Amino acid sequence: MGNGILLSEGANIDFMIKGVFSYELFGQTVWITTSHVCILIVMLIIIGFCIAANRRMKKATEVPDGFQNVLELIVEKLDGMVTSVMGGHAVYFRNYIGTIFIFILLSNISGLLGLRPPTADYGTTFALGIMTFTLITFNKFKYQKPIGVLKGLCDPWVFWLPINLIGDFAVPISISLRLFANVLSGTVIMALIYGLMSKVALVWPAALHVYFDLFSGAIQTYVFCMLTMTYITDARTVSEE
Amino acid sequence: MEFNDKFILGCSAIGAGLAVIAGIGPGVGQGIAAGHAAAAVGRNPGAKSDVTSTMLLGQAVAETTGLYGLLVAMLLMFVKPLVG
Repeated sequence: MGNGILLSEGANIDFMIKGVFSYELFGQTVWITTSHVCILIVMLIIIGFCIAANRRMKKATEVPDGFQNVLELIVEKLDGMVTSVMGGHAVYFRNYIGTIFIFILLSNISGLLGLRPPTADYGTTFALGIMTFTLITFNKFKYQKPIGVLKGLCDPWVFWLPINLIGDFAVPISISLRLFANVLSGTVIMALIYGLMSKVALVWPAALHVYFDLFSGAIQTYVFCMLTMTYITDARTVSEE
Repeated sequence: MEFNDKFILGCSAIGAGLAVIAGIGPGVGQGIAAGHAAAAVGRNPGAKSDVTSTMLLGQAVAETTGLYGLLVAMLLMFVKPLVG
């Protein structure tokens, strides 16, 4: 009633996050939402795949075949991606980057399974952004030493300090908003198509699923990991002066 | 002066439409980036994968401003912050 044209009666457009159940924690009401459930499903899929991979690799053969081929391909591709960007630092970050790559990729394409992608919840992407920010800051202080960090903040001149600070704190926000908005836009457009054109949305939305879920999701995963790696490499490189 | 909810919703819809105009900038920018990438591949076909990944990264970063406009439009349309 009175929800504007898009949410008119009869059309059921459904892309909002819904609460599943709530509980009290220190006087606050905390909701378990559909995002948590979807993350759980994605994690179960990843864990199941990992257990299967572990079983297979325990009896690995010299000449790979079948499933082992696939696993070696995945690991090789992820390692190659990290090495091509981070160079010498790649050894320390292969595990982390590979993990978030697989997690974000599966989250983004979980729309194909009928789930609401967990990355279309700002809570998820902001947590990923905070992790990136923590890694950047930690590595900056470890490799450039506090004096170098201070020098970098006052780069051209002392009065640039607030602008540089804002620039540093904008990194996690922009990196997480980019992923969130891209996945959310795909989710909303698919929900609008299914809600408003439910009579004629028969087979052709599959093409849109390929674009919004597979293509866009893969590109955004790649971009998130690339930016994380670029920022970390930047933080670990000490400027020669 | 009293405004009822329907008037505010209509104005929110107009505002959402105006906010999405932000998509012009990234559209032009991404087109320019893709054009230059095509030219680069034409000049040096061996570097196709490097050029493509660099282009995708730059385009994704350039896309951010358009996405901010999209977010503002979505907030206006679906979260309805102005309706009391």
